[in-house]
Amino acid sequence: MRDRAELVIIGGGIVGLSLAYQLARMGMTDVVVLEQGYLCFGASGRNGGGVRQQWSTEENILLAKQSVRMFRQLSREIGHNIWFRQGGYLFLARNAETAAALEKTVKLQNRMGVGTRIISPAAAARLVAGLHTEGIEACSYNSSDGVLFPWPAVWGMASVARQLGVQINTHTRVTGIDVKGREVVKVVTDRGAVATRRVVNAAGAWSWQIARMAGVELPNKPYRHEILVTEPLKPFLEPMLSDLSNGMYFSQTMRGEILGGISDPDEPSSMETGSSFRFLARMCSSMIRLLPRLSRVKILRQWAGYYDETPDGQPILGRVEPLDGFIQLNGFGGHGFMLAPAIGKIAAEWILRKVDHRIFHTYALSRFKHGETRKENFVIG
Amino acid sequence: MGRTIVCRCEDVTVEDLNQAFSEGYRDLESLKRYTGFSTGFCQGKCCTAHAARFLSALKGGDDTVADPIRTRPLLHPTPASHFARAVELLDEESK
Repeated sequence: MRDRAELVIIGGGIVGLSLAYQLARMGMTDVVVLEQGYLCFGASGRNGGGVRQQWSTEENILLAKQSVRMFRQLSREIGHNIWFRQGGYLFLARNAETAAALEKTVKLQNRMGVGTRIISPAAAARLVAGLHTEGIEACSYNSSDGVLFPWPAVWGMASVARQLGVQINTHTRVTGIDVKGREVVKVVTDRGAVATRRVVNAAGAWSWQIARMAGVELPNKPYRHEILVTEPLKPFLEPMLSDLSNGMYFSQTMRGEILGGISDPDEPSSMETGSSFRFLARMCSSMIRLLPRLSRVKILRQWAGYYDETPDGQPILGRVEPLDGFIQLNGFGGHGFMLAPAIGKIAAEWILRKVDHRIFHTYALSRFKHGETRKENFVIG
Repeated sequence: MGRTIVCRCEDVTVEDLNQAFSEGYRDLESLKRYTGFSTGFCQGKCCTAHAARFLSALKGGDDTVADPIRTRPLLHPTPASHFARAVELLDEESK
């Protein structure tokens, strides 16, 4: 392992790798990535691969729009097929209040050049054969949202970054961060130390622990999020479906499987990734209510990953007081993967070329101290 | 020379394992993801032991690769409706 680097990225998930990949392409390769497990060990290897532009804040809409554009090119760029399929996203509201909220967010998305539409339950049933529309008030539909297979995106970005000279160390656990005054000087791991002046905390569910090593307290909390996959079926389901009444979502992958999860308001914060029967029952029941023809489809496997959640559902990006050179790229909840291409690009330009961006102000850690938070209402799962 | 199949569900061969190993995927969890063995209909019951054996040989008999991969439910593919009915039991439990 290199013993010094211009920049150390803690976390070999999609956010850290996207940054490493972009920096390397811009010519900065004196970068070391530290990953505690294997590639795809954390949430980047455990999520459902949903990519949507239907968000309720300007920043998330901008980031998602840019990321969709980048995902369309990514397979070619990295030489790994990410199986990105733009079948759209269909959100379903079961009461007037949710329908009104949906209408408001669609207006904002339209203002920002995202072509989401409010459609009737009958129109939704034309998009999804067999959709049980009873009790559904309104739907929003965006045809350019989509799904992808997360793993090849992780491998491909890692492989290009490596070829260009970035060092990615898997199975390397960070045990400490040495700080002198206002400066970071060293990252210590169970395989040796790396001297550096700049450290990026892209550790997802572990971000709060990493920050604490440098004396910084983050409000992030990890939550388990469970997910399941069925046997593969002949392609029949175009859009991702998401029921806003209980945070359930599912889509059909390019392999033909139905893949999805559901929110659980009773899930406590933990580092647990076990599988529960409770999830299996709630997910199957909710899935069948929406699409009764799935009732005889066989469930193959369930697993779990983390949401790295902040109090306002928005990430923590950029500098933290009082440390120079300790950069946060975390707190993405369940939507880090889909925003990662844009985040990596914007952060690389900011680090290398000092190009400022509004997200480093809106999403700075200091917003919690100053009470300048604006909640993202469209966090699902 | 014929192909040697390690995982019949996902059509993974010994050559696939060799290729993944040469690209640096050298632990069982990584190898599983990179080649796709153990993600098909049998959920790894037919292939995981074979893959572990080949990986062990590639590592020169190093038995640290004998670490099992994390197994997940279900034991056998089961229709969604079987579990959907259980949601009423959960509701009663929480009352």
